[in-house]
Amino acid sequence: MLDRIEGIRAEASAAIEAAPGTAELEELRVRYLGRKAELTTILRGIAELPAEERGKVGSGANQARVQLESLIETRGEALDAGELESRLATDRVDVTLPGAPPRPVGHTHLITRTTRQIEDVMVGLGYRVMEGPEVEHDYYNFTALNHPPGHPARMLQDTFYVQSDPEVLLRTHTSPVQVRSMEAQPPPIFMIAPGKVYRRDSDATHSPMFHQVEGLAIGEGITLADLQGTLTEMLSAIFGGAREARMRPHFFPFTEPSVEFDVSCYQCEGTGSLPDGERCNLCKGIGWIEVGGAGMVDPNVLGFVESNGYDPERVQGFAFGMGVERIAMLRHGVPDLRRFFDNDVRVLEQFS
Amino acid sequence: MRVPYSWLREYCDPGTGPGELAERLAMTGTEVERVGAVGPPSAENFVVGKVLTAELHPNADRLRVCKLDTGDGDERIVVCGAPNVAAGQTVPVALPGATMPGGMEIGEAKLRGVRSAGMICSASELGVGESPEGILVLEDDGLVPGTPLAEVLPVAEPVLELEVTPNRLDCFGVYGVAREVHAISAAPLAQEPWLEDVEAEGEGEAGDYASVTVEVSELCPRFTARVFTGVKIGPSPAWLQARLVAAGQRPINNVVDITNYVMLLTAQPLHAFDLDKVPDGALTVRTASEGEKMKTLDDVERTFDAETVLVCDRNGPSGIAGIMGGQVSEVSEETTRVLLEVANWNGTNILRSSRQLSLRSEASSRFEKQLHPELCMRAQRIASRLLVELCGAKLVPGTIDVAAEIPAMPTIRLRGERVEGLLGMAISQADQKVYLERLGFGVAESGGDLDVTVPPDRHYDVTREVDLIEEVGRVHGLDEHLPSTLPAVAGRVGGLSRAQRLKRRAEDTMRDLGFDEIVGWSFTDPGEPGRLRLPTEDQRSSGVVLANPLSEDQSVMRTTLLGSLLDVAQRNLARGTERVSLFESGRVYLPGKANDFPGERPAPDHEPHRFGCIAIGPPSRSWRGSEVPNDFFTLKGALEALAGQLGTALSFAPVEESFLHPGRAASVAVAGIPAGWIGEVHPLVCREWDVEAAAAFEIDLAPLLAVAVAGEETYEDVTTFPAVYQDLAVVVPVEAAATDLRDAVLAAGGELLRAAEVFDLYEGEQVGDGHKSLALRLEFRAADRTLTDEEVAAKRTAIEAELEKLGGTLRG
Repeated sequence: MLDRIEGIRAEASAAIEAAPGTAELEELRVRYLGRKAELTTILRGIAELPAEERGKVGSGANQARVQLESLIETRGEALDAGELESRLATDRVDVTLPGAPPRPVGHTHLITRTTRQIEDVMVGLGYRVMEGPEVEHDYYNFTALNHPPGHPARMLQDTFYVQSDPEVLLRTHTSPVQVRSMEAQPPPIFMIAPGKVYRRDSDATHSPMFHQVEGLAIGEGITLADLQGTLTEMLSAIFGGAREARMRPHFFPFTEPSVEFDVSCYQCEGTGSLPDGERCNLCKGIGWIEVGGAGMVDPNVLGFVESNGYDPERVQGFAFGMGVERIAMLRHGVPDLRRFFDNDVRVLEQFS
Repeated sequence: MRVPYSWLREYCDPGTGPGELAERLAMTGTEVERVGAVGPPSAENFVVGKVLTAELHPNADRLRVCKLDTGDGDERIVVCGAPNVAAGQTVPVALPGATMPGGMEIGEAKLRGVRSAGMICSASELGVGESPEGILVLEDDGLVPGTPLAEVLPVAEPVLELEVTPNRLDCFGVYGVAREVHAISAAPLAQEPWLEDVEAEGEGEAGDYASVTVEVSELCPRFTARVFTGVKIGPSPAWLQARLVAAGQRPINNVVDITNYVMLLTAQPLHAFDLDKVPDGALTVRTASEGEKMKTLDDVERTFDAETVLVCDRNGPSGIAGIMGGQVSEVSEETTRVLLEVANWNGTNILRSSRQLSLRSEASSRFEKQLHPELCMRAQRIASRLLVELCGAKLVPGTIDVAAEIPAMPTIRLRGERVEGLLGMAISQADQKVYLERLGFGVAESGGDLDVTVPPDRHYDVTREVDLIEEVGRVHGLDEHLPSTLPAVAGRVGGLSRAQRLKRRAEDTMRDLGFDEIVGWSFTDPGEPGRLRLPTEDQRSSGVVLANPLSEDQSVMRTTLLGSLLDVAQRNLARGTERVSLFESGRVYLPGKANDFPGERPAPDHEPHRFGCIAIGPPSRSWRGSEVPNDFFTLKGALEALAGQLGTALSFAPVEESFLHPGRAASVAVAGIPAGWIGEVHPLVCREWDVEAAAAFEIDLAPLLAVAVAGEETYEDVTTFPAVYQDLAVVVPVEAAATDLRDAVLAAGGELLRAAEVFDLYEGEQVGDGHKSLALRLEFRAADRTLTDEEVAAKRTAIEAELEKLGGTLRG
């Protein structure tokens, strides 16, 4: 009997090892371990065997069964894995098809993006962001910024006025926010003010609506040298690399001294010529690119907010302003101011 | 301001080329737009020649064959077509190899059989003047043939084209520019050209010939006049013409040219009257009567308003003060007696009148910046000398001078420590003194300080200590000496406000949801409310109207973002884009004062910041099949996501908006505060913009931010005790609002019901006509215990009872 059990075990083991598929393996399981299988029959008949054989036959048959079950399971797993692999091998998709459904990708307008970049740089330098109205009083836009009553900028040719009130206009710069902020907060003050501004001018280089960022720093002992250092930090962060700022004396009613400021050209590194010897097309060979206007806040301007702690003999500081579109045009090669307000999605979608 | 380089060098020669000077000027406050040139590009091969003979050409009636001495030993044959060429003349000659202003190169050529070796030039051919009569005949003055022409005429003359800032009136004259160059270069400055007056040899005195009455002295602080007799009108000499042309002025005749020349030199405009065309020489300065007319020198009849100042004779206007003369008293060929007006006008009035008339002249562009009355006599003196020298005129003794009090020269204290204190760079007192003196200021030392007297040229520009600091700073050189430092003010902390951060977050959310951001025009046209079908009494029909728009299309400030969204959508669709998903984060402008901003005075109008969004076009296609359409619910999903990102919840209710589909429009509120609208755009509005169906929303940011918890959330324990989830389906009449059912469920569920979300809608046979079935998912949870089945069942029973009260039938 033990020999027979051994025979079955050997035969079944070989058959299981050789089973080509899970279906065949199942047939083997039924044949060797099923209800009618010889081994099952042996196990079932153990009780009828002579007492001295029962132990040996019983444990032999059981061992064989356990061993075969284990073999079947192992073989089954191997067959399953193989069959899964071959099934997967035929289950192929064209991985080059587009994703579906397509997830739309939106885009931030270049004006917003550039404004935020400037904000972030100035926030890092310790400034806060202030806002003011676009429909503004003449007082904040001109008077408190030291524009005399007959100043050319006040003329109807240059400034949009509101029909219902001759003292109300569309702000021509973000500078009115300087005065509003100083009225609201005593010195020291470090603030910037981004926003829309309006001028009566429309051609390839002028838009009746555009964007500026204003900066203001007032405290004790703030100097023109501090303005130069601040502009250097700001322009380096905006244009990348170690940029230099250059200030050229100029004239604005609300600053004294006044300057225009340039950034060293980031395409030619300020040399004016490109590696191939050609004249740099960005700075036109000058090595510098004009960015905006600035200066030390005029004592007359501080005089308008003197009651809030802005005594021109005690505090002083600088202001600067620049066009957002201009910076975006320089940074991204946009050739025409009007492209910003076309809102052509083919353009919008170039800038994520 | 165009400054011919040779003219500048007559007063101050910086000893450098124009390019280098331009750079220094730019770095000290005078922008040089470019260094241009007048005349031929190079002075090479242009010489002075002498016409020895000028015989008729054997084969051509209008040509002459000239023999020239051009200083090279041989006689040079040149064929010339000018009618005025004659033997004995001294003339400019272009030799073979010379390049003319247009780029034409002069060579040797046969003209009708005669070989010609060069060209005798006219002033216009050289680009240095006008030449109605032909070639330019130079004054002999012992000129040697062969002399380079550049020594006589501004050939290849560099011209500095300066962009003078409006405060620097002194630099609107060549002498003022020379003083500036002196200041920044330390090169010597020639004596002021107005120091010497010419001898008056005329008969009688000025008052015998003319009189001046000024009725408006506040608008005419000074009026000076001189009288000249025996004036011979003719063309100006070549050097004068050449300077005017180089400076951008057209030569006219010697008298007019002299007035222009002196203006270009001193910045003070002048005007010459033909005295015989001024009855009795009597001039009156007054304001115009409304509608008064006069023909100006440019042959245009002008009509004046009551603020325009006129210089009048007995019969009426003879010139517009400070802007342009009148034809009636124009200097002409016949003129023999000249009245020379050099006046001072109120700048603001001149600016206003010049703009009102749309007439800007060289004179008005100077007067409008407010000249000092002291300048008048400078110009009188130089012009007098030139009229005597160049027009054979006799100056009648005396100057008519009607003047209000001439402002004194102020003295300003410049404190030594303030210079470094403001600029952040040290400048020695000695240097400060030198710079200011070079600029024409009087300087006296007073301990560590300076007492500085301001000359008339800078009277209106330099009035305070800070103005002097600017002067010494810029001459010292910001580019060379100014250090770069950062403000040493302690205790400042930068940052965005919470509202600013949340606004960015909202913009980023819209972008991440697939919308492209636009920046729309703040302006719109008055017809927009009509196209949006807004009733006239709607607040959005009455925007802020501009008094002086550039065009009707941009004459009103927008009251809604929908217009610009539709405009942009329409333009993009017209370009062939299939679908657009756009949003704008921007302001609208509503009449009515508002305290939205810092500052003591409220803003004139209310400028709420809004988010607007529009989606137009078919659902985006995919190779996998259909997509959800761009409709009310797509946009509502986006809006809810936006609110969710801010940590707020919105509520929606049906609403009537004239521009929205009546059945697919909702008002949006947050915490009970109205915040905007959402809906499908009314087909008639779509038709106005020529677009297919569109869905849109517009919401105010402020009410959302007022309740937004994003960034301020408080922790809630969701891990200790498990939640129980249940689904519930209820059949209700089709018109029942889902939000009402949900509110009822939440109310009945009480504290234990943490959430109830609609996840399915069914309409059809199984629920019968006029009904719909809504399915909600319920989440029950307690913060302090695990809920028992009994507790949940009790709540569910209460919920079911509540729904039945609302006419709902529960589905199994």
